[in-house]
Amino acid sequence: MTPDPPLLEIAGLDLFYGDFQALFGVSMSVSRGGVTALVGANGAGKTTLLTAIAGARAPARGTVRYAGTDITAAPPHRRISRGIALVPEGRKLFPSLTVQENIQVGAVAAASDAWPLDRIYDTFPMIARRRRQRAATLSGGEQQAVAIARALAAGPALLLLDEISLGLAPRVVEELYQVLHRLRSAGTTLVIVEQDLRRAMEASDHLVCLLEGRVALAAASSELSRDLVVAAYFGQGDA
Amino acid sequence: MNWVNAVVQGILLGGQYALIACGLSLAFGVMRIVNLAHGDLAICGAYLGLVLSSALGVPVWVTLPLLLPAAFAAGMALQVLLLGRALRHGVLAPVLVTFGLSVMIENLLQVAATSDPRGLNGGALTLASFSIGTLTVSWLFLAAFLTACAVLSGLQLALSRTSWGRQVRAIADDLDTARLVGINVRPVFAVVAGIAVATAALAGVFIGTIGTFDPLAGTSTLIFAFEAVVIGGIGSLAGTLVGGIALGVTQVVVGEVNQAYAVLAVHLLFLAVLVVRPGGLFTGHQPAREVLRWGALG
Repeated sequence: MTPDPPLLEIAGLDLFYGDFQALFGVSMSVSRGGVTALVGANGAGKTTLLTAIAGARAPARGTVRYAGTDITAAPPHRRISRGIALVPEGRKLFPSLTVQENIQVGAVAAASDAWPLDRIYDTFPMIARRRRQRAATLSGGEQQAVAIARALAAGPALLLLDEISLGLAPRVVEELYQVLHRLRSAGTTLVIVEQDLRRAMEASDHLVCLLEGRVALAAASSELSRDLVVAAYFGQGDA
Repeated sequence: MNWVNAVVQGILLGGQYALIACGLSLAFGVMRIVNLAHGDLAICGAYLGLVLSSALGVPVWVTLPLLLPAAFAAGMALQVLLLGRALRHGVLAPVLVTFGLSVMIENLLQVAATSDPRGLNGGALTLASFSIGTLTVSWLFLAAFLTACAVLSGLQLALSRTSWGRQVRAIADDLDTARLVGINVRPVFAVVAGIAVATAALAGVFIGTIGTFDPLAGTSTLIFAFEAVVIGGIGSLAGTLVGGIALGVTQVVVGEVNQAYAVLAVHLLFLAVLVVRPGGLFTGHQPAREVLRWGALG
C-alpha cells in the first residue's frame, strides 16, 4: 500500500461512439512508477480507455484525474504538456515525415526535455541509422520503435502503450520490452495494452481486465493466477 | 512571330498563376478546405490596395507593409470564425460556405465599388521594360515572377525546415494522430489560412497592377489557380510553380497562333493532365489523397 496518491485516477467513465456504449462506469487507478497491464478480449474497450486517457475521446460521464488535477476536459496537447503520452495502436507514424521529424513532432508539447534526440537514439540504436529515412519505408519493428520514441520525445511521466507487439517477430518484441523495462527503472509510469496474457502478467505490477466495457478484474499481478485472469477475460465464473 | 519571346512571357505569366495558386494548394493539402472564395479574396486584396494607395497617394507597393498583415489577419479570422466551424461538419460544408462567401464578396464589392474595371497605381514599374536582343521583358512581369518564386521557396523552406512546417506536414498526413501527439491544430490552421489569404492578396495586387480588375474577376482567377494546383499535384508547392508555368506558356504560345484559342488551350491542357496523370505531374501517378509530400520536393 503506497502512501502516494495515485498518478492517474479514473472514476465512473462512460464513453460512447454515437449510440454504441464502449465503456461502462470504468474506474481504475495507476500508482506512480509501476507498470499496469490492461488486458481483455477484442472490443473490450482497452484502446478506447487509452485514447480517453490521452484525450482523443471525451467521456459522457466520469472523471479523469492526473497528478491530483481533473483533466477530463483537457485537449490532448494539454495532457501531453502535463506528462501523458500515448503510443497509439497501429503505430500511426506520419508516413511522409522522416524518422527524426516524426520524433521531433512528438516534442512540440513536451512536458520535459528529459528525452533529447541523442538519448532517444542511444535507447533505440536500430532507428538511429534510419533517422533521415521516411517513416513509411521502415520495417514494422522499426516503426514501432519510432512510435515509442515519438511518445518519449514528449518527456512523459505516464506512458500509454497500445499493443506494441502486434504483428512483430518475438525477438523484436523482446527488444522493445527490454526498453520498457529500462523506462520503468528510470521512473516512468507505464500502462500497457497487451494481447499476450503471459507477457502482460510478467511485465506488470498491476493488472486490469476489461470485459465488454467494464472492469472485470483489477489486482496486483503477483496475486493473480493465469486461470483467474482467463476467467475474467472470457467472463466466466464470478472472478 | 517570336517563339522564344512567347515562352518567356508565358513563364513569367505562370509565376502569377502559381502565386495565386499556392494558398489554395496549402489550404487544401493541410486543412482539406476547397476554398471557392480564394479568387475573390485575391480581388479583395486588389481593392484594398486601391483604397490604401489612393488614400495615401502612393504606388500600391508602398502599401504592402499594411496590406499583407491585414490580409493575413483576415485569413486567420476567416479560419477561426467561419471555416474552422464549417470543417466540423465534414469536408463538404466548407465548400458550401466558401461558395456563399464568394457570392457575398462579389456582390458587396459591386455595391461598394461599382462594376467599373479598375487598375492599381504601380508607379514607375508599370511601363518599364528592358530588352535582350529581340526579347522585351516588362519589369512588372519579372517582378511578379520573382515574387512568386520567392514566396513559394520561402514557404517550401518553412515547411521542410521549421517546427511549424513539420507540424503542418504531420497534420496533412494524419490529422487525428497529429492531435494525439500534441499538436495544437487550431493555431496551425489559423496561420496556414493567414498565409493563404496574404499570398492571394499579394497575387491580387499584381493582377490589378498588370491589368484591370472588377468585382467579378475572382471567379476566372480561381479557375486558373485550381488548374495550376491540379496540374502540379495537390500539396506540392514545386508542382504548383510548374503547373502555373505550364498554364502560362500554353496560354501565351497558343495566343501567338490565335488569341481566340489561348484560354481554351489552357483548359484542354488541364483536362489532358487529369486524364493522363490524375494526381498531377509531380506526384507519381497516385490518387490525390496519397500524394501530400511536401518537403520531399525541396
